[in-house]
Amino acid sequence: MLRLTCPVCGATGEETEFHAGGEAHLKRFGPGSTDEDFRDYLFQRQNPRGVHFERWRHQYGCGKWFHVARCTQTLEVFGSYTAQTSTVPDHIQSAIKARRPDWEPAQ
Amino acid sequence: MFEPRTALQGAHFSGDITVTDAGLVGMIAIRGSLTDPALCAAVAEVTGHPVPATRKMSGDATDGLAWMSADELMLFCAYGDAPTVAARLVDALGDVHSMVSVLSDARAVIRLHGDVVREVLAKGAPVDLAPDQFAQGDIRRSRLGQVAVAFWMTGADSAELVCFRSVAGFVFEWLSTASQSGSAVGYFATPRR
Repeated sequence: MLRLTCPVCGATGEETEFHAGGEAHLKRFGPGSTDEDFRDYLFQRQNPRGVHFERWRHQYGCGKWFHVARCTQTLEVFGSYTAQTSTVPDHIQSAIKARRPDWEPAQ
Repeated sequence: MFEPRTALQGAHFSGDITVTDAGLVGMIAIRGSLTDPALCAAVAEVTGHPVPATRKMSGDATDGLAWMSADELMLFCAYGDAPTVAARLVDALGDVHSMVSVLSDARAVIRLHGDVVREVLAKGAPVDLAPDQFAQGDIRRSRLGQVAVAFWMTGADSAELVCFRSVAGFVFEWLSTASQSGSAVGYFATPRR
């Protein structure tokens, strides 16, 4: 079971109060892009064993979207952060590195 | 003319705690940026309540203003006053980007009273209900069983809960089942015999 904290309203709850929204930080490829880019944007997803970034929605609470960094292997949650960003904030990166020294952010 | 009636029509249950239909309650949803001073001033002027901080509530379901989200407030007032109060809010808000809607008939309010009221709620909501973590003046939107609710304490042994009208019967039965006599867990308090 995951215990998540919503960065919008500060409430901490377990995962049934939230709704998972899939992989975070996808770059959109829309009209004018190549078929390969569009296919990858639509269907290709990371499925790592380890550090993963996801979108979550505080479904039964304030209703807002946010991002979560967690480990898919141990279910450890490294932190949650605003949805209004396309990069992983520094404080989340350092929180992950403190627990996973080998981890390097994807380029 | 239609007769306004609540979804639960005055239902009452008595077990480890009492579960009671709160009757007709006026509810007005106010949406807009809660960091906008103009919106805060207009809401405070009409309602008489300061705009509550995150996850806080001023007053109760008879007369209160609750934080619902980063951009939403819920005003509780007398059922009959709701349309007038909403019109005054719209006037006071003027050009401020906002939305005011009367939701009295879309929701149901339930009153809970008894020593183990925290335990009954804790059976169904993933919320830390320890007295030092959830006190009077706090509001929490969460789920109870499988449906969305919001609840707040109105005293040491009483709470109020609001849910959608369509699930009011389910929530009432859920609370009645969770508070059957002899079902208390004895974690926060024990029921008086």
